Amino acid sequence: MSEKAKALKNRNSSAGSILKKYSMVIALVVVFVFFTFLTEGRLILPQNLSNLLLQNAYVLVLGCGMLLCILTGGNVDLSIGSTVCLIGALAAQMLANTGLPAILIIVISIAIAGVIGIAQGWLIGYVHIPPFICTLAGMFLFRGLGRVVLDSKTIPIQNQLYLDIFTRYINIPGIDTEDLKVSAIIFGVLAAIIVTAGTILGRIKKRKNGYAMENGTLAYIRVALIDALIVVYSIQLANYKGISVMLLWIIAVILIYAYITSKTAFGRTFYAVGGNEKATKLSGIDPRRVYFSAYLSMSLMAGLSGLLVAARIGSVNGDSGSSYEMDAIGSCFIGGASAYGGSGSVVGIVIGAILLGTINQGMSIYGLDNNWQYVVKGVVLLLAVVFDVVSNHKTGKS
Amino acid sequence: MADNILVMSNITKEFPGVKALDNVNLQVKRGSIHALVGENGAGKSTLMNVLSGTYPVGSYTGTIEYDGKLCEFKQLRDSENFGIVIVHQELALIPELSIGENMFLGNERKGFLGIDWDETFSQAEKHMIQVGLKESPTTLIKDIGTGKQQLVEIAKALSKNVKLLILDEPTSSLNEVDAKMLLDLLLEFKKQGMTSIMISHKLNEIAYVADEITVLRDGATIETIDNTNRNIDEARIIKGMVGRDLSDRFPSRKHSVSDEVSLQVSDWCVQHPLYREKRIVNNVSFKVHKGEVVGFSGLQGAGRTELAMSVFGKSYGNDITGSIEISGKKVHLSTPKEAIDHGMAYVTEDRKGNGLILSDSIAINTTMARIKKICNKFGVIDIDKENNVAGEYVKKLNTKTPSVRQKLGNLSGGNQQKVLLSKWMFADSEILILDEPTRGIDVGAKYEIYCIINDLVAQGKSVVMISSEMPELLGMCDRIYVMNNGEIVQESNAKDATQESIMKAILDSEKKEKADKETVAS
Repeated sequence: MSEKAKALKNRNSSAGSILKKYSMVIALVVVFVFFTFLTEGRLILPQNLSNLLLQNAYVLVLGCGMLLCILTGGNVDLSIGSTVCLIGALAAQMLANTGLPAILIIVISIAIAGVIGIAQGWLIGYVHIPPFICTLAGMFLFRGLGRVVLDSKTIPIQNQLYLDIFTRYINIPGIDTEDLKVSAIIFGVLAAIIVTAGTILGRIKKRKNGYAMENGTLAYIRVALIDALIVVYSIQLANYKGISVMLLWIIAVILIYAYITSKTAFGRTFYAVGGNEKATKLSGIDPRRVYFSAYLSMSLMAGLSGLLVAARIGSVNGDSGSSYEMDAIGSCFIGGASAYGGSGSVVGIVIGAILLGTINQGMSIYGLDNNWQYVVKGVVLLLAVVFDVVSNHKTGKS
Repeated sequence: MADNILVMSNITKEFPGVKALDNVNLQVKRGSIHALVGENGAGKSTLMNVLSGTYPVGSYTGTIEYDGKLCEFKQLRDSENFGIVIVHQELALIPELSIGENMFLGNERKGFLGIDWDETFSQAEKHMIQVGLKESPTTLIKDIGTGKQQLVEIAKALSKNVKLLILDEPTSSLNEVDAKMLLDLLLEFKKQGMTSIMISHKLNEIAYVADEITVLRDGATIETIDNTNRNIDEARIIKGMVGRDLSDRFPSRKHSVSDEVSLQVSDWCVQHPLYREKRIVNNVSFKVHKGEVVGFSGLQGAGRTELAMSVFGKSYGNDITGSIEISGKKVHLSTPKEAIDHGMAYVTEDRKGNGLILSDSIAINTTMARIKKICNKFGVIDIDKENNVAGEYVKKLNTKTPSVRQKLGNLSGGNQQKVLLSKWMFADSEILILDEPTRGIDVGAKYEIYCIINDLVAQGKSVVMISSEMPELLGMCDRIYVMNNGEIVQESNAKDATQESIMKAILDSEKKEKADKETVAS
């Protein structure tokens, strides 16, 4: 083993660094166990576990988009809650009043979200309007437009194809029964196999090329835990209604964003701009394009969320999506994204969103007042950011 | 015995890895103007920061005796209470506030309820008259020129009952007329009994106002020269500033300059990005051959960095005119990306500000300028490959780090500089513009950087080296251009040049410009 690989191994296996790296995961586990006891196990009933992800679908999807904005320098998009409302309203009205096929309506809705994103991205990236102000204007603008489109009414969604595309539970005749959706378990096992195979193949490739490798035991323990989690979760889903299409949408968005941010040159430009915009510019990357892309992707995700939320709730009204932007921003920061930009990960956001979701749901099941949920959310967010700032300070980042 | 207002004895101040001041002694006579000279990095500003309490007592060793009393300043305010006021080179004024508000910032005239504005503005006016500033005290700072802003700073010092005024490069951003006015003001203050310490690069100014001149070099006092009779020769000061042993500070190199010209810049003019009427680079032409190290010497503000950045894809300035040829082919470089694609690299003087991403790892910084090399055609990064190439550069440049995934902010300045060089070497650059490549790094790391430069030109690459350290240019370059006020005033082979000849070229051009202005004026 080379010197360098040894150094790497030493660093990765020291207890302190593991603790720091997985601090949010540990926090999530602690909170989860706490609420499981507090609710006498009701938190882990199949129905509640299924709802945990589906109810927070919008946070996960919006959080992924928000990550790119925050990476560019702690910038946020305040308009997305209103965009969710506007896009949901447009889709609901089109479904109710035009004879267009549901698929076409979905495409049109996403395209409109794209236009919003292009407008905001252009203003922020190329006209240099401060993102906070630009999206604050968007927040008022799109909320107002949404209510105009709804004509101040609540519009129900009755189009079955539309609802199926977003909320249907997968049910394969022949293997799924009323009591046990075997298909969910099959999905879970397949996913676990893919994760395991990916890790093993990656290590084989590294060994072949003589690259430095992470400690094997550690890597396999992690994979085993992830696999176990996936399989247990899918068994619980099988005991309820099975896998919802919405879950597949969430997983798709998360995987795409995780891939872009961690594996592509395009994704790295967001980190670079947030880390040092001048240096990025002098390295031949155009920061204007980076801002533009971040806000375009954000609006597209807001559009998708608008459709998902409309389908899950089954109707759209003038207050749909209100304060969703805050949930997305909150889960980004709880998930370890830096408030100054330049660092953060999709995995962090998923954990942040689930942490927030667990607290919400745990308190609801326990029967705690809605108002107290806000108090707890605030405290958790504050703790997470203080932890981030203090721990970064210690390791030398100013 | 002379009546000294200030005696600093055996001051030693260390920064991690660098001894900025080494047993420095400074004696300033009451009622005199004392000049402090030395090259960049000689320790002048550090010494003044020790005096003013910016570096608190305990962070240095040695003693400060002021007005016959031993002083231990813990913060800036402590020294100000004794009447020691420092006016920094970078003016510390707030553009959106008025002259009066700026003068009493942090020292407000308090009335019965809150700030007494009448008192503030009448006091301000009093001090403004003292410095000959004819403006209303309610005028905003952003609405007056730099010359007047400098006067506001001095008026601000007066409002603090200054007894010892320290000026750090007070004339560096002033034109001739304003500079002359400022110097005469200092002489006027002297008549009234005030003591001043002035740090300056402009030797003619020093010869004009200073009673005594202390020369610092490499953090040590070299000598104190008497100038009470105003008979000092500039060459005498220069000798004190630069006279040092040059042997073995630079690795030897086989000079193998090819006839082939890799970069030719012609008739290059650049206007200031904000004040468009101000010309920063004026009609500059230069060329670099393959395998050649070309140096750019000059004082701060001579326009060298601006020239380099404007050539590098118009990263600086406005209304840029002129032409660039790379390997004999005319090119238009309007973005840094185009410059990089044509094999050009700009290694910035400000590695923290616009060179590196300190919050990211070595590997990410190394590949940043040409990330395509480690990507497939869909833009997907091969992280393993990235770690490997970064590792190769770490080994090649002898960068000291536990791993290539180490956060750059945790590395020392010299090692960060090596990563910055790796970044541009990885980008397959053929023409490397190195702006102050050894600023703020220790002597050992400097030597290693010089070796890297020699390796680069040995491979047939071209290096443009901008440096304020003349020995470095003389030791490393094949040819040296001297710039002053945005123009090239001298071109010479390095082996024919001396520090004195470079300094002389700069000073001559200053004089010529001054003479030109006077002819125009008369």
